[in-house]
Amino acid sequence: MADSALPALARSAAARPARPAARMPRWLDPSRLIPWLVPAAIILGWQVAGSTGLVSTRFMPAPLDVVRAGWSAAQTGELWVNLWVSFLRALAGFVVGGGIGLAFGLANGLSKLSEKLTDTTLQMVRNVPHLSLIPLVILWFGIDEGAKLFLVALGVFFPIYANTLHGIRSVDPQLIEMGRVYGMNRRELFWRVVLPGALPSIFVGLRYGLGIMWLTLIVAETISANSGLGYMAMQAREFMLVDVVVLAILIYALLGKVADSLTRLLERTCLAWNPAYRNG
Amino acid sequence: MTASSALSFETVTETARTPSRPATGRALSVTLRRLTKAFDGGEPVIRGLDLHMPAGQFVAIVGRSGCGKSTLLRLILGLEEPSAGRISLDGRESRDTGALRRIMFQEPRLLPWARVVDNVAVGLGREGSRAERRERAREALDEVGLTPKADEWPATLSGGQRQRVALARALVSRPALLALDEPLGALDALTRIEMQAMIERIRIEQGFTAILVTHDVGEAVALADRILVIEDGAVALDVDVDAPRPRRRGDPDLAALEGRILDQLLACA
Repeated sequence: MADSALPALARSAAARPARPAARMPRWLDPSRLIPWLVPAAIILGWQVAGSTGLVSTRFMPAPLDVVRAGWSAAQTGELWVNLWVSFLRALAGFVVGGGIGLAFGLANGLSKLSEKLTDTTLQMVRNVPHLSLIPLVILWFGIDEGAKLFLVALGVFFPIYANTLHGIRSVDPQLIEMGRVYGMNRRELFWRVVLPGALPSIFVGLRYGLGIMWLTLIVAETISANSGLGYMAMQAREFMLVDVVVLAILIYALLGKVADSLTRLLERTCLAWNPAYRNG
Repeated sequence: MTASSALSFETVTETARTPSRPATGRALSVTLRRLTKAFDGGEPVIRGLDLHMPAGQFVAIVGRSGCGKSTLLRLILGLEEPSAGRISLDGRESRDTGALRRIMFQEPRLLPWARVVDNVAVGLGREGSRAERRERAREALDEVGLTPKADEWPATLSGGQRQRVALARALVSRPALLALDEPLGALDALTRIEMQAMIERIRIEQGFTAILVTHDVGEAVALADRILVIEDGAVALDVDVDAPRPRRRGDPDLAALEGRILDQLLACA
């Protein structure tokens, strides 16, 4: 066994000469630590500036204060409740808006009639900034869940619709002709040629949609809500709890990052055939 | 690949005594009667063509760009509707012969999201179970010498290998008529010669009728039993090539024939 492992080992050692021979955990590998140097330095400087009084903690809490605020919010359970509420809103809005966007994108990409009928209308509506509808939405739905769902769904709809449509239109017509010549019926053509061909573009829409989802949710929760992360931040502002405000902002950032990483993972699984996404 | 094609050359020399028309395998004859094709009421691209290609013949169609040779191929394959005239395959009107007719395009046209073996299995359509299709696809890949690449993505293959996968896909359903639309045009010279040998060998094994559209006269002379020169949508020259196979590149008789065809093509400039 040692024999067969030898060439592989030798090759990897040649490729990465900096790597020490001793078994070291992957996260301790210096080349993996380099990207984290700058953020660590910033946080350290921030902490020093806060605790030496260089920056007033009334405006910018020190990192340790934020951690402490997070800890106490987690212990009272307030954090989890708000996080869960925000997550459900984001998910519901995304599923509804994304689902409708995908459906319209597919329909308009596949059927000329459907496209003629609805595309112009949708493109016109697209030019309305969806956040400008907030006053109207509050009038319609109050500050209920309906309002948030509507806004998130509307925001998510367009990137997914536009990218799905674009993806289907840009499928290589030569491949479609090949499918026809090789006797595929419309169904097979869709599942084996059109949809996989449109998938990279649909994923682009998915990622844009996720970005808009968080943005819309933050705005909607900040303006009108009685639960959720945005509500938590606004409450904290009332009581001048700067650390909680910063905590909420950081959690939003973290959620955005998690959503993006999940999409990347999904992309890498679904688009493994595409050299651009492999080990990317 | 080199090993398998060297082996196959042996078999070629054996069968080549009787000029390349094996008894086994199925083949379609193609008959065109006053075939005409014009696009959107413009000048006809094909003008009243009368032509008969016996079953099992290897016909090469050469001509300048825009002479209608690709259109002729697409008509025979049923990818275009004739404006007038008839096409019959084995004496029948050419509807629904499905997997009997296959085409190899100038580009490989492989599905980038399907493994090589599944790309070949596309040629089998809905025949049999998925496992059976894959099994047959592997056999076809073996025939073009790409068994080790069966589970790779097409993106990892070279241009010549992709075109070989396309050939396997065209042949996996054992077609009776194979149309080749300049399939080797984009390959480098050496790969092209290897591919020509491969096509020649497989055709002799399987015995299908082959129609090759090309602008490479040398390729036509190397492969075909019969060469048609198309000019302005009509046959300008129709020659039989009865040189024994495998044909040696640089053979003086073949070179003379190549020169004659080139003269014909250049004369109409």
